[in-house]
Amino acid sequence: MRMKSTVIAASVLAFTVTFGAFMQSHAASVVSIATVNNGDMIRMQGLTDDFTSKNPDITLEWVTLEENVLRQRVTQDIATKGGQFDVLTIGTYEVPIWGNNGWLVSLNDLPSDWDVDDLLPAIRNGLTVDGELYAAPFYGESSMVMYRTDLMAKAGMEMPNAPTWDFIKEAAAAMTDKDNEIYGVCLRGKAGWGENMAFLTATANSFGARWFDENWKPQFDSEAWANTLNYYVDLMNNYGPPGASTNGFNENLSLFQQGKCGMWIDATVAASFVTNPNNSTVADSVGFALAPDNGLGKRGNWLWAWSLAIPAGSDATDAAKKFIAWATSKQYTELVASNEGWANVPPGTRQSLYANPAYQEAASFAAMTLNSINAADPINPTVDPVPYTGVQFVAIPEFAGIASQVGQEFSAALAGQQTVAEALEKAQALTADEMEAAGY
Amino acid sequence: MARTSTIKRRIIITIVAWGVGLVIFFPVLWTILTSFKSEAQAIADPPLFLFFDWTLENYSIVQERSDYMRFLWNSVIIAGFSTLIGILVGVPAAWSMAFAPSRRTKDVLLWMLSTKMLPAVGVLYPIYLLFIQLELLDTHIGLIIVVMMINLPIIVWMLYTYFREIPKEILEAARIDGASLKSEILYVLTPMAIPGIASTILLNFILAWNEAFWTLNLTAAKAGPLTAFIASYSSPEGLFYAKLSAASTMAIAPILILGWFSQKQLVRGLTFGAVK
Repeated sequence: MRMKSTVIAASVLAFTVTFGAFMQSHAASVVSIATVNNGDMIRMQGLTDDFTSKNPDITLEWVTLEENVLRQRVTQDIATKGGQFDVLTIGTYEVPIWGNNGWLVSLNDLPSDWDVDDLLPAIRNGLTVDGELYAAPFYGESSMVMYRTDLMAKAGMEMPNAPTWDFIKEAAAAMTDKDNEIYGVCLRGKAGWGENMAFLTATANSFGARWFDENWKPQFDSEAWANTLNYYVDLMNNYGPPGASTNGFNENLSLFQQGKCGMWIDATVAASFVTNPNNSTVADSVGFALAPDNGLGKRGNWLWAWSLAIPAGSDATDAAKKFIAWATSKQYTELVASNEGWANVPPGTRQSLYANPAYQEAASFAAMTLNSINAADPINPTVDPVPYTGVQFVAIPEFAGIASQVGQEFSAALAGQQTVAEALEKAQALTADEMEAAGY
Repeated sequence: MARTSTIKRRIIITIVAWGVGLVIFFPVLWTILTSFKSEAQAIADPPLFLFFDWTLENYSIVQERSDYMRFLWNSVIIAGFSTLIGILVGVPAAWSMAFAPSRRTKDVLLWMLSTKMLPAVGVLYPIYLLFIQLELLDTHIGLIIVVMMINLPIIVWMLYTYFREIPKEILEAARIDGASLKSEILYVLTPMAIPGIASTILLNFILAWNEAFWTLNLTAAKAGPLTAFIASYSSPEGLFYAKLSAASTMAIAPILILGWFSQKQLVRGLTFGAVK
């Protein structure tokens, strides 16, 4: 009797395991997508029924994380071959490094109707390594000047389409009214390679500065860097909001929306926030201009694209490619437009979008966004030649760590905890040490 | 005169206690209030306290966007089982240390506690690689093991403290009456230590519920608990504080309610043995 029960139990167990394995091998492909929490990505999640209805054999699983957590999670996963994700949301900093390491699947074989030639050249270049496209851009952004048209008029000035840094200082001085808590200019001060260092690296490019010379020697001891940081600290101390050394994108967005900033130089994606009357008290009086320059041939704007990539080692590569082709297609743009209007389509990736009259009419910031993206050159980002690519970053693995430390020194200079000269001296020393340790 | 002074003292102590309580609770209250504001009201300057247009829109958006019940269920499974297994391991361990100590018991206790002194990130990569090898990434069982292990020192320490308050003579009497080790722990020790065990369970359930480092790093789409649910609403590019607050309120509501109903037990357990 006992023997019989054991045989039956063993048979049931064996059947369950075999059947489970069979079902698993024949189940629909599951694509696990790691993404960030921003408006465009969340909108995409809401529209995935369109994809799954066309691809019933593919199931999508979403993991939405805050940007910094996501970056750490996907880096950890891809470096250790954890295999938790089939589609990664990564930026223009990671793509060249990971592509070089062989960590990403080439997307050169996406269907022809996906139309790779329609991508904006600057964005496409930033995601291509040795002729292989390693990520498909979901939305792209640059940086530009957002300013209060009413305050500018009150100051008796007119913002040119392509202002200089001298003009920005002059306008900031004219718009500042500290008694009424209006500050001429709001800029990033919070330490971090993606925070103050994104802004300052792009600004430094327009001042003729660079991170490294052609022999990878750090250049923080150059006059151009001293000019950059002195200008920034002086501008913010005189015309910026109090506590600027802790302000990042969100803090400045909040200040601008409450009418406390005359100008704000930051990501083009902010344009849709500050012109949204539901959240912004100054929505109807916002103007846009290109990021400033110093007449040296480079503007102080950056280039970034949140893009979708497939980690090498994913076991759902074909399904992942289908999803990426759908999410970054022209058809997806039309789907968003038909559901939520043209103003809400993901910007900054395709030429056809900017040629679309309906989009031009719906998004007042479209032309300035396109011009800003086109003005950025990730291959030749600086006035003097450099051995690296990247506008607001240096596309080497060591950059994030080094720039985070340098960012802390610069943030401390803004907070008045040390002088500009001291901050630059420390930045030079720590960068030289780190680069030497890394074998450069 | 003496009575007036006592009343005054009580009033002062009551006011101070309420003040401290409100200061501690204020961030939670502010999160709850923000969850009922619009995004524009959430960042209004000066901040709006009670007089704003209350709305449930954020809850509706969060419900629509996320599968809250799946995250909740994962939290219950991870916090529940890690606490249960922790207690099953912790009771015999604490018993042996309290009633059959060796020369090294104190060293062992200190060594156990020392594991809490290492920053979690220090062992992230070894554990991550181990999880890959054992195929435990993004699984309930993997998280239950990790969360149980990180809370085990606290469980053992708490139980050890409670057990030490129980007179040895009672257990000896049970042994003289012929009780086995199992009967001694189950029928003599456990009933006497119930307040302590209950408060240990409650405290560790709360710690496991709130554990964010490992649950964020070792999960993806399947086993993510409510900490992952909150994290999905945090954004450095965009002011979504009202939605983030709604998600946070939904995540802490179950544990707040549990804490509210069990506060007497929790306080009794935590003060067990404090006053002789």
